[in-house]
Amino acid sequence: MSSTSLSSPAVGTFTPEAFAAHLAAQPAHAPAWWLERKRTAHARFAELPMPGPTDEGWRFSSRETLTLAGFVPSTASAATGAAVPLLLSVEQATAALTFCDGRLVSRQALPADLAARGVVVGTLQEALRSHPELLREHFLSQPQKLGSEKFAALHAAFVNDGAFILVPKGVEVRDPIVVTHASSGAGTAVFPHTLVILEEQARAIVVDAFLSPDAPTPVGARAGAFACGANDLYAGHGAQLTYVAAQRWSLDTLSFQLNSTVVRRDARVQSLNLHLGGRQARHESLSQLQAPGAFSEMLAVTVAGDTQEFDQRTLQIHQAPHTKSDLLYKNALLDRARTTFSGLIVVDPDAQKTDAYQSNRNLMLSDDAEANSLPGLEIQANDVRCTHGATSSRIDPQQLFYLEARGISPAKARELLVFGFFEEVLDRLQHEGLHESLRQLIATRFH
Amino acid sequence: MNTASTLDPTLPEPAAAVENPAVGIDQSVGDFTYDVKYDYDAGTGLTENTVRYISTVKKEAPWILEFRLKALQTFLNKPMPTHWATRDLENIHFEKIRYYLAQGQKPKRTWEEVPDDIKRTFERLGIPEQERKFLAGVEAQFDSEAAYSNIKDIVAKQGVIFLNSTEALREHPEIFRKFFGKVIPTSDNKFSALNSAVFSGGSFIYVPKGVKVAQPLQAYFRINAENFGQFERTLIIADEGSEVTYMEGCTAPKFSTSTLHSAVVELVALKGAKIQYITVQNWAPNVFNLVTKRGVAHEDAEIKWIDCNIGSRLTMKYPGVVLKGRRARGEVISIALANDGQHQDTGAKMIHAADETTSTIISKSISVGQGRATYRGQVHIPRHLKGCKNNTECDALLINTNSRTDTYPAITVRGDTHAVQHEASVSKVNEEQIFYMQQRGLTEGQAMSLAVNGFVNDLVRQFPMEYSVELKRLIDLEMEGSVG
Repeated sequence: MSSTSLSSPAVGTFTPEAFAAHLAAQPAHAPAWWLERKRTAHARFAELPMPGPTDEGWRFSSRETLTLAGFVPSTASAATGAAVPLLLSVEQATAALTFCDGRLVSRQALPADLAARGVVVGTLQEALRSHPELLREHFLSQPQKLGSEKFAALHAAFVNDGAFILVPKGVEVRDPIVVTHASSGAGTAVFPHTLVILEEQARAIVVDAFLSPDAPTPVGARAGAFACGANDLYAGHGAQLTYVAAQRWSLDTLSFQLNSTVVRRDARVQSLNLHLGGRQARHESLSQLQAPGAFSEMLAVTVAGDTQEFDQRTLQIHQAPHTKSDLLYKNALLDRARTTFSGLIVVDPDAQKTDAYQSNRNLMLSDDAEANSLPGLEIQANDVRCTHGATSSRIDPQQLFYLEARGISPAKARELLVFGFFEEVLDRLQHEGLHESLRQLIATRFH
Repeated sequence: MNTASTLDPTLPEPAAAVENPAVGIDQSVGDFTYDVKYDYDAGTGLTENTVRYISTVKKEAPWILEFRLKALQTFLNKPMPTHWATRDLENIHFEKIRYYLAQGQKPKRTWEEVPDDIKRTFERLGIPEQERKFLAGVEAQFDSEAAYSNIKDIVAKQGVIFLNSTEALREHPEIFRKFFGKVIPTSDNKFSALNSAVFSGGSFIYVPKGVKVAQPLQAYFRINAENFGQFERTLIIADEGSEVTYMEGCTAPKFSTSTLHSAVVELVALKGAKIQYITVQNWAPNVFNLVTKRGVAHEDAEIKWIDCNIGSRLTMKYPGVVLKGRRARGEVISIALANDGQHQDTGAKMIHAADETTSTIISKSISVGQGRATYRGQVHIPRHLKGCKNNTECDALLINTNSRTDTYPAITVRGDTHAVQHEASVSKVNEEQIFYMQQRGLTEGQAMSLAVNGFVNDLVRQFPMEYSVELKRLIDLEMEGSVG
């Protein structure tokens, strides 16, 4: 291969040489299909162009800042795991895994009774040995439809490790399973992954937390760190999954988070994404409602400040009759921040009795902030109830006046009203401890 | 009258006899054609010579020819917008289209002067009757040129200018040149560039300061020839404090090959002026209807588009308002009905460019059979404006099991003093209502038709009587046989 192609913007740091080094570092027990998938993914990554000006999936997104050069793919020796702070003060976590730069650095094991009933909270690398077939079936097996095919391929090529969570048939895990994905920061590229499989009638709460130390220097002209994560959520017949992803990367991180949710008959998945960090953070979320009775609730709260750019792309696909989805994405915009919400509800032909809702609410807190909304519908069945709404508005001056008249400072009053705005989303989370942790985490963005 | 070939030896060969099979009249409105002998025919395909031919035939000033030639280059350079639009656009064969067909250059001023065959066409469309009733002026365009144009004395006495584009650019360049091509630049999109290269016909209207035109001005557009492209150009200028309503209707017979209609309509509402623009589009189901419509509303001015799309194979039309002056108002009311084989890709654009501007979009679409209705909208509030408002509502009604509807809005808001909301819903016809009506002796088809008319009724009520009646009749026709 010529030297020009090695440094081309289409592959950046993630050259064939870097990939060969990554492959060489895979453990000896890695099955052939795992390595083969990685090879295919890297070829696909290299072949796909960077998003262009006519890519509808990138409308309103900044593309000139999407650089892939100058990052160091994490290597086996890099991860030290020195004191990764827990992002969420979730007391009473059922189990916990902490990864730093793609390596497991600490774990809190499951209680013995759950382990005995077959619950697994482990790593992908372990699952390659213990559950190769399940892994092969569910790991990155869903289509990429939201514009980041190239980055999904990059993730698949370079993903090193991640969480593997399996809850067998009929088992309920009451307290959260907490997975922390940390990046050591400056110049690092990480590829966090969480795979959750809930078998028939299983129940669980899974929390993904993403963090890296804030850059000591001010945010420069280009991203200082790179995160390209993905998660696969699978809820089998009648299963109930609550999934929370709290993202607090450093403010100079270029971040991708690609979600896939599969909801089977009578299953219910609630996912809540908290977006706080990153310099430019793109989140793609695909929910497939595959059988009658399936329900996907998609929630997000974003605090966009400084010059942050948040880019959210969602797709609710109703593939069977009698399915339901409900999306509520709320953004608070400060300073010179930009957000883009682009959502699509698709009702396949014959998916009658679909009930789908999609709502994007933007709270504008600065005259320099910009919110873009693209709430879309594609409906091919007539007996459905589909609605969507998008609003962009400011804080109600009367409410602000009311609080200030009672001696609350303008800054505090604004903060209170912002929390009031988010409460509608956070309230949907049933777990009180988790609810409080998220609230505290949001508060860090205001102080 | 000159024949085409004597004007310029370099021009394309005129068609000796235009192949234009006289199709028998059937019951569908507008689906009839007359064997017309065309004196002017720019031939098939689009080259620089086609553009020169049109300009020469129309005896245009050099700046217009220059404008056209530049536009042709823009058109040729621009790709089809299929990265967001339907790939059906690829089925337009620009090389097979005839870009200019006309019987004569000057519109007739009295009804008697109009040739019998064209008169028959328009009589079927009911123009003179309507004029007798209440219309202030009528401009009827047959293929490329206006066939009949009259404006009641009373309107002319107020100083209102109502001419076709050819005449207006020749007779009043001082008024129209200033605004022509300014609201919609040639390079706005591929089809506005195409129109700019080959435009012919359309209405140019100027309403002087303070004049309120009491009754609507009206135009009819008709495509008569197969493989023909109609590219009318309309420019309406309402001077300070004036008011005018303009209505247009369009029809074409059904040919086996597709036909292209690509208009550009520009509106300018100066300070405090009001323009209302009403369209009932009923092209035959083989017409590609790709129209760019936009208005600029200055301080305290108001522009309202009422846009009804019933016909055509593919319509792509997003009437827009640039809210340029403080407190300007923009409104789009859109009704679309997509039957089998039709795709109504319609919507609205609201570009806020001044403080305290407000805009409203109300869209209702009905999808019947395999029809597809798409709402595509844009609302844009750039930085450092204060107190802008937009309200958008889109409702879609799906009649049959696999009818299709899409909604693709794009909303950009910068700053913290605005209020923007968008809502959309999708539903089907209420079965209880249908049952209730059938209980009282209506057929299912009649009941469905009533329900659909009820769905759009609150919008249709805002139309002038003539148009609400026409729309209701068209909906009834479309709903025939949609159930059962």
